[in-house]
Amino acid sequence: MTNDMAVVLWLFGVAAALVLIVGFYCLIATVNLIRALIGLEILTKAVTLFIILAGYVTGRTGLAQALAITLIIIEVVVVVVAVGVVLCVFSHNKSVDVRMIRNVKG
Amino acid sequence: MVLILNIILLVLFVVGAVWTMMTTRLLHSAVGLAFTSAVLTVLMFQLDSPLAAVFELSVCAGLVSAIFISTIMLTKRVTAEELIVQRKIRLASFWFLPIVVVAAAIVLSLIHIPVDFKLPEPPVENNVKNIMWNLRHLDLMGQIAILLTGVFGVVTLFKESKHD
Repeated sequence: MTNDMAVVLWLFGVAAALVLIVGFYCLIATVNLIRALIGLEILTKAVTLFIILAGYVTGRTGLAQALAITLIIIEVVVVVVAVGVVLCVFSHNKSVDVRMIRNVKG
Repeated sequence: MVLILNIILLVLFVVGAVWTMMTTRLLHSAVGLAFTSAVLTVLMFQLDSPLAAVFELSVCAGLVSAIFISTIMLTKRVTAEELIVQRKIRLASFWFLPIVVVAAAIVLSLIHIPVDFKLPEPPVENNVKNIMWNLRHLDLMGQIAILLTGVFGVVTLFKESKHD
């Protein structure tokens, strides 16, 4: 591996890891369902960057792009369905606070 | 020059993600997410992945942001008093996120990650269109199945009950 490639791998890898930490922190700390979804989006951004970075370093950008596109499609479907669930929760509880739905049973 | 540009973009990427999480208003969070996606698009162009970058820009920065903004508009608007209370609660749980990020950056900078591993042989095919249609066609089937599942899920969630 060339020195330039090692620098790119290190820089992009550290940035993606930091964004991954931000996403995990948000999922743990937030009580708002919409913000938790935004945290999930941030997590997938970091994973997308990791995939593209791996493809760039190994010279397989084509395969990495195919995987990233698949990830983007899955991400959108997850967000759409999750937003539907959030809106259903809001219509029942008039709130998107997770503490309001902790006692849901069945 | 390219290295400096990459560093600026990566800093913007991390700062955008932190700002998305730190801001009090959800609408600002959605805008921050769109900004982070836009920066990621430029980073993907820098890493020789233009097709995935275009997907990221159109779908994640465009469609997903529109979905989030629509959802925020459909939920309850907070009053000025509620906003002050929310800001205090959020500051209590999120004030040390920037500290965690800076500490993680320092730790990751100090850790020596060995990067002198042997790379695999260059691939025979590296054109993304050929890979998607010829090598990864099962992925396309999976994507279609997931899209249909999503549509079915949304229809089920918003189906009107006969008792309504």
